[in-house]
Amino acid sequence: MRLGRPVKLNETVSTTRPACRRFRFRHKIARGDYNLQAMSGSDPIRPDTAQAESARGRLKVFLGYAPGVGKSFRMFDEARRRKQRGQDVVVGALQPHSPPEIQQILNSLEIVPTVGVHGVPIIDVPTILRRHPQVCVIDGLAFDNPWNRNVHRWQDVDELLANGINVLGSVNLQHIADQRDAVVKLTGKPVVETIPRDFLNRADEIVVVDAPTDGAPPELSALREMALVLSADVIDAGLQRYLQSHDIEPASRAQERFLICLTTHANTDRMIASARQSAARFHCDVLALYVRQPSSSEKDHGEMEEKLAQARQAGARVDVLEAHDPIEAIVRYARSHGVTQIFVGHSMKKDWRARLWGTGLSRLIRAAEGMDVRVFPH
Amino acid sequence: MTHLTVGGHLKIYLGYAPGVGKTYQMLEEARDLKAHGADLVVGFVESHGRADIRDQLDGLETIPLRRIVHRGGASDEPDVDAVLRRNPRVCVVDELAHSNAPGSERQKRWQDIQLLLHAGIDVLTTTNVQDLASLSDQIWQLTGLRVRETVPDWLFQQAGEVVIVDVTPRALLHRLERGVIYPADKAKIESERLFQEPVLVALRELAIRQTAQALEARQTGTAGSPESQTERILVNVTADPSTAMLLRRARRVADHLQAVCIAVYIHSKEESSAVHVEDRPTVDRHLRFAENLHIPTEVIHGKNRAETLVDYARKNGVTQLFLTRSAKPQRRWFPGLDFTDQVLQQASEMEVTVVAERSRHGWLRLPIRKMRRAPSCMPVTCESRLT
Repeated sequence: MRLGRPVKLNETVSTTRPACRRFRFRHKIARGDYNLQAMSGSDPIRPDTAQAESARGRLKVFLGYAPGVGKSFRMFDEARRRKQRGQDVVVGALQPHSPPEIQQILNSLEIVPTVGVHGVPIIDVPTILRRHPQVCVIDGLAFDNPWNRNVHRWQDVDELLANGINVLGSVNLQHIADQRDAVVKLTGKPVVETIPRDFLNRADEIVVVDAPTDGAPPELSALREMALVLSADVIDAGLQRYLQSHDIEPASRAQERFLICLTTHANTDRMIASARQSAARFHCDVLALYVRQPSSSEKDHGEMEEKLAQARQAGARVDVLEAHDPIEAIVRYARSHGVTQIFVGHSMKKDWRARLWGTGLSRLIRAAEGMDVRVFPH
Repeated sequence: MTHLTVGGHLKIYLGYAPGVGKTYQMLEEARDLKAHGADLVVGFVESHGRADIRDQLDGLETIPLRRIVHRGGASDEPDVDAVLRRNPRVCVVDELAHSNAPGSERQKRWQDIQLLLHAGIDVLTTTNVQDLASLSDQIWQLTGLRVRETVPDWLFQQAGEVVIVDVTPRALLHRLERGVIYPADKAKIESERLFQEPVLVALRELAIRQTAQALEARQTGTAGSPESQTERILVNVTADPSTAMLLRRARRVADHLQAVCIAVYIHSKEESSAVHVEDRPTVDRHLRFAENLHIPTEVIHGKNRAETLVDYARKNGVTQLFLTRSAKPQRRWFPGLDFTDQVLQQASEMEVTVVAERSRHGWLRLPIRKMRRAPSCMPVTCESRLT
């Protein structure tokens, strides 16, 4: 049964159709509506890499928060079911010791043994490529290969994917590069081998293997929470890619995102501190924006540099725009970046103009449809 | 926030859509507990005609359901009294968000479950993320479905354990296609809005975040200690329909920030009494809704609404004020500030969050055929319901 239109998250995007919002946004920049100074940088929403994705294999990652939560079993169980459904499945890498329930599944699967180099198991990529199965199972994605064409195992996996082989892979939280330090801090156990976060973000599917931590030590609960938040972030990255490639501007996101509006007058310290604290609770991104008006002076500019640096230091992604109408620029930027809350400073001068036409703030509040506006006192 | 200090342990199996396998996983655990010698009964499980669920129920002690006859027909509800008489160690009660048939002693199934917990019985139950009261607006934006059967968030915070039952949306859609979840004809109706991959992906993300949040709340043990709650959020209740959304949003933010949340209605003497007579039932409904979300409420009398609100906030150490945008269009030819502006002007030392009403415009512009019938698992209503 098919829905009105088949929806696939990894749907291929034609290179000739400049469909995404980003392009339109860029187009506006080219027209001179905006002058983006810092549009580059770590953009969490990547435009789709327009390559022949359809030929690429699909990567499905089983993420566990600690050894023993059962991610390998979940993965091999899926491999078994796929085999039963007639898919051509081989196992490319195994953990050194398999528990009996996995061993039982392994008996029914074809295994391409790893090659031992200095006691380190290395995936036999050439053999697998020659054998060219539909699905290859890799238990343990985070390994380093000594004396091999690829330094890391995840690069081997990339090669399999590039050759159109689907991969089921398992990995534990502590082996994700940007999570390692936090995990090591909790567990005290050193971790050497990691896979880059970007590789995980590119996974077509991620499965959280969640096991309750009732009565377990608090560190385990913390790890479990980290794994959940990480999976949610990976899922969000995939969703953003999809929305982007289908030219959909979401009015709602499952994830919060804050935008700090920096001005020369605003009480920046408090806004940044507050945004940072809230972001830590919501596990979300913070963006900061400064809209420079053509009328602003050099002195303002110098003052702003300091504030921008401050925001950057607090982990915000900082952008500078130039526009005649800052309110419009802010709202437009917020909308195209999936912002849920706008942080602004406020000083309401009791002058007659404000009474007649309303302040910039009340205009912003009216224009920011679907977004909360959090107003900070000076 | 009240925390259960005595009584049974509540374990919630959370999913993001029907068919992810919540009931199955719950029953698997039930069988496991039983095998380890736990005194376990099944209070209620709906098999939806699925053989695998019926197989799982095999060998478990089941308390017969109670048939409740009402105007619209008859329905079977768990027999709470019988479970209490039987007094097991653990009881399985499926579908936490279910509304009981009219004529039942309690309106909601979660109230039945509360009763079992108070009696010291551990409860295993299931729910979907869309059933959470504070997420109702977000779910509506994502799916276009207004969920009527909701569960208050505090119940979630109170649960001893929340486990996410996760499958990838793709696997779920495969299951749907193979007719594992529903018989084929029913699936078609359900699939229209909910079972579209991007919608499922967003719901899944929400469910995972919700589980993480529940876990974090439990770790820091926030709910109990007021001294750890430095943020204080004050919600301005009015007769405006957007108040329900405002309360849900405030509850959600407060839970994440681990803040205290309170709500007030300002009874202004400036306005004519006729307005009050007209608005009062709506306001009372909003105040009751706040109480349902465990937001304490108060009614304050004052001359000027903005002034009284800010004054109250100041006296109560509020750090963040929650308002909706002024409902009435701005009459700019008439000099003067509207309510939001007035509050902003006066609340010089606290943060003011102006919450915008969420619209559905622009979310997934996917071809959605008209809904022929509301799916049974997710009843829909047109207007914003307070539950």
